[in-house]
Amino acid sequence: MDVIAIVSIVVGILLWLLVAVLAFIAAMRSKALFREGAFEGGRDFLVLIPRVMIGVVGSGYIAAVMPQDLIADWIGPGSGIVGIVIATIIGAATPGGAVVGFAIGAAALKSGAGAPQVIAYSTAWSLYTIQRLLNWEIHMMAPRFVWLRAAVSFPLPILAGLGALLIGKP
Amino acid sequence: MAESRRRIRSFEWSTAIIASISIAAGIAVYLRDGADKVVAILSKDLELLVGMLPKMAAGCLIAAFVTRLLPREVVARVVGSESGLLGILVAMMMGAVLPGGPLTIYPVAAAFLVLGADVGTAVAFITAWNLLGYNRALIWELPFFGPEFVGWRVLIALPLPIVGGLLARMVARLVVKRGGGDQWT
Repeated sequence: MDVIAIVSIVVGILLWLLVAVLAFIAAMRSKALFREGAFEGGRDFLVLIPRVMIGVVGSGYIAAVMPQDLIADWIGPGSGIVGIVIATIIGAATPGGAVVGFAIGAAALKSGAGAPQVIAYSTAWSLYTIQRLLNWEIHMMAPRFVWLRAAVSFPLPILAGLGALLIGKP
Repeated sequence: MAESRRRIRSFEWSTAIIASISIAAGIAVYLRDGADKVVAILSKDLELLVGMLPKMAAGCLIAAFVTRLLPREVVARVVGSESGLLGILVAMMMGAVLPGGPLTIYPVAAAFLVLGADVGTAVAFITAWNLLGYNRALIWELPFFGPEFVGWRVLIALPLPIVGGLLARMVARLVVKRGGGDQWT
């Protein structure tokens, strides 16, 4: 068994220990709190499965029809910092919604994109996808703050991509 | 609950787009490579997803309990009263543990600013929520990318909320120096 598999199992055990501790604390506060938490957590999980499944399976098919030469040229493992910047810009332009960014990122990875480039892509998409800035954030926070946050976040995906490039992982 | 309705709707929309693109791509794969390839891709991807289901379930339960045990007002108060590098670190931790979508996160960040936290703290919080939040990593990212990729991605992202927060402080100071206001709420 390799290290990654062991770490993954340990993380799984720790997560369920955390669930047990939180459930215990909730139950100590009140039975209703415990019941509500367990019910909502279980329901969220069931509702999420089909959505995640659509994205995960979809990313496999999308990867199969993506133009692999083009992907490799633009954001492949050999594309370096230029590929990281391209991936960052595509990430900002990808619409929000939890499934979209991860499905496209996973599809790109499967069809030959480099890991640092995909990390830059998903980081950019997480931090400042333009649609989410305009649809959500700008209505809930001062516009001035939103622009400041977007501006200072701009280099972060590039740093993440460079970090992955430097350590050579994943 | 107008809140949850809105969230679910915007969500469905993006899932529907991905679903239709996926079906189109699946048909293209079938026409090009035949049914065997379609089944091969399906089983390979489902295998990864099934392997991640226990962690996804844990993520959902942790989120449901944390939402109840850690009221947002408490988070806003704790982060709002800190400053300096410590403020950024506390905000980063809170961003990583607080579950919820954009509808819950941005109002909490806005509340910090009202309670007196500086822009760096709020930026660190939002950045950590986006990049380090266990909720998103476990439930969404893991089934797509698998544990190795997500693990390295999170490790690499660890310093980014601090970098973002410090950068935000610098830029805010520059803005004030150039005659802009110090009002970010």
